[in-house]
Amino acid sequence: MKVFIYPTNSLILSDLVERFGHKPLAMMQVIGKKVRTQGLDSPPLNVTPEDPKFGLKYAAVEVPSGVRGRMALFDPLLTQAEAAIVVVDPVLSFGCQGCARTNELVNFLLRGKKIPLLRLDYPNNEEEAKLFVYKISEFLKSLKPETAKPVEVKK
Amino acid sequence: MDTINKMIIVKSSKLLPSDIAMKLYESKPDIMVKETCYGVLVTGEREVVENLILDIRKLDPYGIFIKERGFSPGEPFRCRSYRHGGSKPGFHNLQNDDAMLTYISSGLKALDKGEIPVEIKRKKKLDIDKFMEIIKGSEVSK
Repeated sequence: MKVFIYPTNSLILSDLVERFGHKPLAMMQVIGKKVRTQGLDSPPLNVTPEDPKFGLKYAAVEVPSGVRGRMALFDPLLTQAEAAIVVVDPVLSFGCQGCARTNELVNFLLRGKKIPLLRLDYPNNEEEAKLFVYKISEFLKSLKPETAKPVEVKK
Repeated sequence: MDTINKMIIVKSSKLLPSDIAMKLYESKPDIMVKETCYGVLVTGEREVVENLILDIRKLDPYGIFIKERGFSPGEPFRCRSYRHGGSKPGFHNLQNDDAMLTYISSGLKALDKGEIPVEIKRKKKLDIDKFMEIIKGSEVSK
């Protein structure tokens, strides 16, 4: 299954989803596609006049362009999402590295999609990490298995 | 050709990024490998890279973490040598995740051992009304 992850560029979530045999929907895939597509209009990202229209699906024209621009990138991920794992208030998405309004909108849209959703906090110690990994593994096991083979783990 | 970039982050006591780079160089497929301080970057055809990654992960399942990367190694818009130094875009995100990788490793080990962790009560944030009471209580009467 295609699992949306939030924060969308999280190494940990992306790795765990792939490890347990599902496909993570991460921002890196969208960025990669924009970079690799032939005919760069405005490097480093191949932003075409079509892109802002995707943003307008989610936010009105008077909404800051940063939100609409980000939503244009989020659009393919949100439309494909069949399940989602959300870390609540990750430290990194606070301040200049994140956009609070986009993050709120993304979480709101995910809740509205009525897909299986797991909300949890990032771990701060070993015990919390054990619970974090356990919850994610149980959640992913409860979803329909992806056709891709899960990674074998040596014991 | 559908190319893909993968970022392999090594947080292992058994392996170094150079070991993984050597393992990748030994493999026959046509891929580009870049060794970095935190791990290895691999670029190549999607199917080839994805199959290679499965083998690489087996080297240390608890110490190797992998994610996709949008930009390929040496991309002029991202590479520090073109941008005259400074931190790599995405460095802070990687640094933030890197701090948790040791915990995640132990979480994965515990999962494979079949441990079922107990729910932990987290400290709640201070309630705003309680905070107001504290402020009022500490005010010095004039």
